[in-house]
Amino acid sequence: MKNPIEQLNKIFDSRIRLGIMSALVVNDSINFNELKELIAVTDGNLASHLKTLEESGYIKVQKGFIGRKTNTTYAVTKSGDKAFRQHLEALEKMIRSIG
Amino acid sequence: MQKITSEQSLKEIRDIKQIMERSSRFLSLSGLSGVAAGCIALAGAAIAYYEIGKNSFDETDYSSRSSVSDLFSMKLFVLGMIVFFGALVMAFIFTYIRSRKQGVQIWGAASKRLLLNISLPLIAGGIFILKLLQTGYIGLIAPSCLIFYGLALINASKYTLSEVRYLGYGQLILGLISLYFIGYGLFFWAAGFGLLHIIYGTIMWNKYEKE
Repeated sequence: MKNPIEQLNKIFDSRIRLGIMSALVVNDSINFNELKELIAVTDGNLASHLKTLEESGYIKVQKGFIGRKTNTTYAVTKSGDKAFRQHLEALEKMIRSIG
Repeated sequence: MQKITSEQSLKEIRDIKQIMERSSRFLSLSGLSGVAAGCIALAGAAIAYYEIGKNSFDETDYSSRSSVSDLFSMKLFVLGMIVFFGALVMAFIFTYIRSRKQGVQIWGAASKRLLLNISLPLIAGGIFILKLLQTGYIGLIAPSCLIFYGLALINASKYTLSEVRYLGYGQLILGLISLYFIGYGLFFWAAGFGLLHIIYGTIMWNKYEKE
C-alpha cells in the first residue's frame, strides 16, 4: 500500500493556498478582497499564493472592472478541482489509517 | 509520528470545512433582526385589528363583512407596506451591526446569493398577493403571505444559518393551517410574522450572540 502522506499535494501544504482552494471550489468565482477577508491575510501574501496556484494551473484569473476600479476574480480550474479532491481523499485516508 | 500527522489532517479538514461554509453562507444574520421584525409585525397586526374592527362597524349597513371598500383595502395595503419595510430596515440594522463586529463584508458573494434566493419567492408571492387584493380574495392574503414567506425562508436557508429552515417550516405550516380558518387570517399572520420571528430570534441570539 502506498503511504498516504505521499499522496498529499505539496502545493496545498500552505494553509493559505488550502484556504483559497476551499473557498473557490464552492463558489463560481470570488474576487480578491473577498478572499482576503475570508482567509485573513495581507494583500502581498495573498497575491503571491494566488500566483503559485495560477502557475500550477489550479486557478484561473479574470481581470475586470467595476466602474473604474479593477476587479480581479478567481475561479478554480478543472485540474485544480481534481487536485483538491485528491488532496481531501489523501487526508481522509490518513485519518482512517490510525483506526 | 503517525498520530501527529493524522491530527494535522483533521485540523486541515476542519479549516477547509470552515472556509467552505463561511464563503458560501452568509452567517452574520442576527437573532435580534428576527426579534425586531417580529415586534414590528405584532404592532402592525394590532393596528390592523383595530382598523378592521372600526371598519366593519361602519359598513355593516351597506356591505357584507367579507367585502371591503377600496379605501379600506388601500389603508391596509399601505400599513402592510410600512410594516414590511420597517421590519426589513430593522432586520438590516442589527445584521449590519453583527457583520461589522465579525469583520464580514455585508455585501459579498454570500449575502448576494442569500438575497437573490430569498427575493425570488417573495417577489412571486408579492405579485400573487397584489392580484388577490385586486380581485377581492382578502381572506387568502394572510395564508398566502405565510406560505410564500415560508417557502422563501426554506429556499434561503441553504445560503445562511441552517436554522432558518425551521423558521420557514413554521411559517409554511401556519399558512397552510390558516387556509382552513379564513377570517382569522390576522391572528395567524401575527403568530407567524410576530411570534415565530421573536421566538426564532431569541433562540438564535442565545445560541450564537449572547456574551
